[in-house]
Amino acid sequence: MSETAAAPIPVTVLTGYLGSGKTTLLNRILSEDHGKKYAVIVNEFGEIGIDNDLIVESDEEIYEMNNGCVCCTVRGDLVRVVEGLTRRKGRFDAILVETTGLADPVPVAQTFFMDEDVRAKTQLDAVVALVDAKHLPLRLKDSREAEDQIAFADVVLLNKTDLVTPEELAAVEATVRAINPHAVIHRTERAGIDLAKVLGQGAFDLKRVLDEDPAFLEEASHAHDDHVCGPDCDHDHDHHAHGHDHHGHGHDHHHHDHGHTHDHHAASPIHDVTVTSVSLRGGPLDPKKFFPWIQALTQEQGPNILRLKGIIAFADDPDRYVVQGVHMIIEGDHQRPWRDDEAKLSRLVFIGRQLDAEELEAGFAACAAKAKAPA
Amino acid sequence: MPSIAAYDFAEFVETVCFLGDRPAFALADGTLRLPAGGEKALTLHEGGLLCAAYDGIGRRLLSGGEDGRVVATSNGETAQELASIGRKWIGAVAGGPNGAVGFASGRSAYVQAPKAELKELAHPRTVEGLAFAPKGLRIATAHYDGASMFFPATDAAPTLLGWKGAHLDASFSPDGRFLVTIMQENALHGWRVDDGKHMRMTGYPSKVKDWSWSAKGKFLATSGAPAAILWPFSGKDGPMGKAPLELGTRGDSLVTAVACHPAEDMLAIGYSDGMILAVRFADSKEALLRRGGASPVRTMAWDGKGGLLAFGAENGEAGVVDIAG
Repeated sequence: MSETAAAPIPVTVLTGYLGSGKTTLLNRILSEDHGKKYAVIVNEFGEIGIDNDLIVESDEEIYEMNNGCVCCTVRGDLVRVVEGLTRRKGRFDAILVETTGLADPVPVAQTFFMDEDVRAKTQLDAVVALVDAKHLPLRLKDSREAEDQIAFADVVLLNKTDLVTPEELAAVEATVRAINPHAVIHRTERAGIDLAKVLGQGAFDLKRVLDEDPAFLEEASHAHDDHVCGPDCDHDHDHHAHGHDHHGHGHDHHHHDHGHTHDHHAASPIHDVTVTSVSLRGGPLDPKKFFPWIQALTQEQGPNILRLKGIIAFADDPDRYVVQGVHMIIEGDHQRPWRDDEAKLSRLVFIGRQLDAEELEAGFAACAAKAKAPA
Repeated sequence: MPSIAAYDFAEFVETVCFLGDRPAFALADGTLRLPAGGEKALTLHEGGLLCAAYDGIGRRLLSGGEDGRVVATSNGETAQELASIGRKWIGAVAGGPNGAVGFASGRSAYVQAPKAELKELAHPRTVEGLAFAPKGLRIATAHYDGASMFFPATDAAPTLLGWKGAHLDASFSPDGRFLVTIMQENALHGWRVDDGKHMRMTGYPSKVKDWSWSAKGKFLATSGAPAAILWPFSGKDGPMGKAPLELGTRGDSLVTAVACHPAEDMLAIGYSDGMILAVRFADSKEALLRRGGASPVRTMAWDGKGGLLAFGAENGEAGVVDIAG
């Protein structure tokens, strides 16, 4: 109930390049009859055609925190507007934040973790990225933001699918998959989507995180095969043979070792993609090894890590432990008991830049709990 | 034990003040409530009120709202519109000498001096807070990476006081020698106005949300810790090299609001659990004014004589404490 004073207000962040369909989606959310009232924070009133007294215009303000960490940034305008909006009870049910096409989604998300007031009153629900299926290849060539928005998203709406051929669509979807293997992708025309697939996702809710992410449960390399290699190999319209060749290389390396070459090759199937992901799997871990490792890792490599998610099995712990992170911010909690039919496996995924897969794998492997008795 | 007249407005109390002898409560819903001597409500802002500040010089309440208007009321009966800038939110208001009013919206600060045109002071970043110097027409704005001081009656370039980080509010010491800002991280920053010498005031476990200068300007009392933190400003270097005074220390609750007594060296301290204490500077002697409530104390104000303390909480609980009982 929205009446409960203590219940945090869910926040959905809409990202996407200019022309990707954000405003169309926003207008749909505001006009559909779903019985919920939204407060909307936009950069410019612009084309929002709906009369809503809770549309707030705010100038994007990125504030670096004065703690010596360059990636510890928050959106100062969101701190102020959210503080203003949340003082009054029962006025709306949820908040939508529409970012500009060039916005970096990271400070937006970090605001909901790093600012104590915002954190106390709201809960980041999901980051939704709209992608223009027709223009994504171009966007990726000329900006890093388009890639960041996809890499950071929980839900990707591959929009304007009516403007591309099935082959082009498959290639674009493969690109999105390559950047972010764990986002839920929906294909849409004119941002037409069941809003239940966009709102109320609980993507940052530790109790729900990953449980509904089928890709995460699969073998990581398998996911790569499916989504990257398949369509891209078959329909390499946009890429030169050069890239294609490299791809073959990367593919092999990917399967047989996770060496230093991983970064380079994982990025090469699709030109202009610099974000990679590293999926780690293992058996039960030793918490005394895992926590110092993950903390040091996020401290040292935080700037390169866009998102991390994991389900960890700790030796002698009957509960699943879930972790998630954004840059240097990491949080974790016990989620639920392991079911009898589940293998007690630890899984951890990093999405970021310049990730050293070999080093991550070695660090993760070193966290393994010692077997109780020698076999 | 002091007596309390208790009220419940069921709406976030943003700012409390006394208009004449009447306690007035500015609520986030845009209304001003004057409960003493018959319930009265005055609508200041349709849609909602975002900021309000008592102008001690003009003896009136200034407020800004979601309606993009800045209004003033000196009696709680009528409100006067001072400015209207359209759909943008008003983020901060401040009163100055000779009836001057300042307000902030987005990347501009505005100054309305009597019988003058509205002056817009454009900034490269959002103006988070502002304050007038106690004398003359000088205004300071708080923004990312520092504060700027303007003489708005002239077109002179502002004096930039730089300090890395986001500055959210500003206040001059009553003697005008120091400018202090509240920062996004748990700290205050200060400058000596004459030479820009820096003062770092850190160590808070939480954001500073409220502050109050003591009667003779000797101390700046602040919230944000399990005790009220009072920085000494009587020396020529301000609080540099001196330990702050800590009053009303509690192990289980944070200070969320502070109000220095208008004449005595005494401080009213409001806590996150709704408790209110009055504490004397000299011997740290404490008097309980309110046992507690259901929500953090947001705002407090003394009447001119210092016999009544009005308070308001985030959930709308409010009241007036008569310390004589």
